[in-house]
Amino acid sequence: MSTATQERTRRHSPTLSTPLRVGPMSWLVPLRAGIAVVGGLVVLAALVAIDLSKGDFEIPVGDVIRTLLGGGDAGQQFIVLELRLPQTLVAILVGCALGLSGALTQTFARNPLASPDILGVTEGAALGAVAVIVLAGGSGYGGGLVAGALQTVGLPVAAFAGALLTATLLYVLSWRRGIDGQRLVLIGIGLSFALSAGTSWLLVKARIMDAASAQVWLNGSLNGRGWEQATPLLWTLAVLVPVSVLLARSLNALQLGDDSARGLGVRLQLTQLMTLVSAVGLVAVSVSAVGPLEFVAFVVPQIALRLTAGSRPPMLASMVLGACLVVAADVVTRVVIPFPLPAGIVTAVIGAPYLIWLLLRRNRKVSA
Amino acid sequence: MTVPTSGSRLRTEAVTVGYGGDPVVHDLSITLADGKVTTIVGPNGCGKSTLLRTMSRLLKPTSGSVLLDGKSIHDRHTRDVARTMALLPQSPIAPDGLLVRDLVGRGRHPHQRWFSQWSPEDERIVELALEMTDTASLRDRPLDQLSGGQRQRAWIAMTLAQETDLLLLDEPTTYLDLAHQVEVLDLVTRLNRERGRTVVMVLHDLNLAARYSDTIVVMKDGVVVTEGNPTEVFTPVMLAETFGLEADVLSDPRTGLPIIVPTSSAASVELSPDAAKKELADAPNS
Repeated sequence: MSTATQERTRRHSPTLSTPLRVGPMSWLVPLRAGIAVVGGLVVLAALVAIDLSKGDFEIPVGDVIRTLLGGGDAGQQFIVLELRLPQTLVAILVGCALGLSGALTQTFARNPLASPDILGVTEGAALGAVAVIVLAGGSGYGGGLVAGALQTVGLPVAAFAGALLTATLLYVLSWRRGIDGQRLVLIGIGLSFALSAGTSWLLVKARIMDAASAQVWLNGSLNGRGWEQATPLLWTLAVLVPVSVLLARSLNALQLGDDSARGLGVRLQLTQLMTLVSAVGLVAVSVSAVGPLEFVAFVVPQIALRLTAGSRPPMLASMVLGACLVVAADVVTRVVIPFPLPAGIVTAVIGAPYLIWLLLRRNRKVSA
Repeated sequence: MTVPTSGSRLRTEAVTVGYGGDPVVHDLSITLADGKVTTIVGPNGCGKSTLLRTMSRLLKPTSGSVLLDGKSIHDRHTRDVARTMALLPQSPIAPDGLLVRDLVGRGRHPHQRWFSQWSPEDERIVELALEMTDTASLRDRPLDQLSGGQRQRAWIAMTLAQETDLLLLDEPTTYLDLAHQVEVLDLVTRLNRERGRTVVMVLHDLNLAARYSDTIVVMKDGVVVTEGNPTEVFTPVMLAETFGLEADVLSDPRTGLPIIVPTSSAASVELSPDAAKKELADAPNS
């Protein structure tokens, strides 16, 4: 008991914040969150430089930086800017999108378990994508170029639709005079099991070649991703990051409970709907770009929360740390492992122990 | 009888409220006097919290309306309402480790915009709210480390930062021991006397209600049974009819306010088992 109290005191030592005022405009900037964002950006820059230097043909980090700044020889420019940068960019964007989406759902449900990968949204996207691979796949549909084209165009769309449908279902099933975080998580976990059962069934039913390619996609991979995936991610973030920043104030009020939030003048249902739609949009676009990268949306906001010692998962810090984690996973898949390992496996290896730790800790808190 | 005295900004007109089944509040009209402390009391399930929640726009009446400054509260922009009327719900929640000053700062929500989130005015009002509630020294403490009374004062500071003329409190003393109940209600009185806030609250404890209210509204089965000042309202007859409570009403030698002393015990032979159960539930349990 006393140690728990001590730990809490240490973790929540007064957070400094400083007012930032320009003319009639004013904000309160939490210093630790600011430091976390700046520190995260430094780490991210270093990870990006390492990521760009590694591969079949290694380029020294110094040369990578020179090339990025406009120098380097033609070969280096080609490898760094044309071959590697787009994939790294996708890693950064996916990390941002997943980090932000987890921060949104966890804040909204007031529950660290409420992340898109636990709530089944990711599984919905996976089911959509696997359905396309298996049902319209090369060998299943008569093969050839037509099916190939259908896959490249159809897969992201199917994943997106799967995520959206799941989220709608989740919202409808959890609705009872409003959305309750606890109920949302329980129904989400149930949905998630049902959906992955559907995916398994499709894999069993599929021809072996389709099943193999579906499995590769299911593991989440950054390999060979480029501008084709980066562009939709950029657009989505360009729209949904400002929306999320505007939602932040209402989400702060929402943390005091639905009644208090409404007493403070928050339009509860609008805020909840906007938050859920934003989070689902971010996840759907990410999953359709690189497949399900497990645990990023779940772990990153909680780590960011502990670093910033705030009262809810911080949005910007979650984005930066999400980018760090996914780029780091990309580095690991390029460097440490001799064969191309899917990035989703790396993020799962980091995320799963954290989930166990979090559950044990919460459990202990309740029984204490 | 609902005769507006000096004036009234908040009233209900024939509101009926329910949760799908039988209505909990029936056709209820009430006018709340400005600048006074009004307390709604009544046996469990009488609809007093439902009425307060309806008046604070958390529940929508199935018919009738709640009027704030003459306009239906459910038709007004919720942010405008939040600048006029603050609410402390029955069991507010706060995230782990939320600091007192952050909680109080959130009371500024209806006055802020995305480009104006911490103006010098916000800072001044929050400071004032902390001082008024004696929580200034607790500002850097996490809410979950405070005593029940301190925590409730911090929540009241949050509603004060909202800078409203009206303050609605739903059972602000629940789960507090008697000393903390008195601490919170003393603060409410001070806000009313010194700052002129109109206070409407729901209380369980009849003696505290008698001591801290200008007007008592007694409800039973979704309607108002009687209303008036504590001395008029708290009579042995009313207590027996409304609460099923056999009690003497004494007069506090210092204040002249009524003190309710239950005469029957749960073992009393005159009471039916039902009435005894009811009494146990309703008797002041502090």
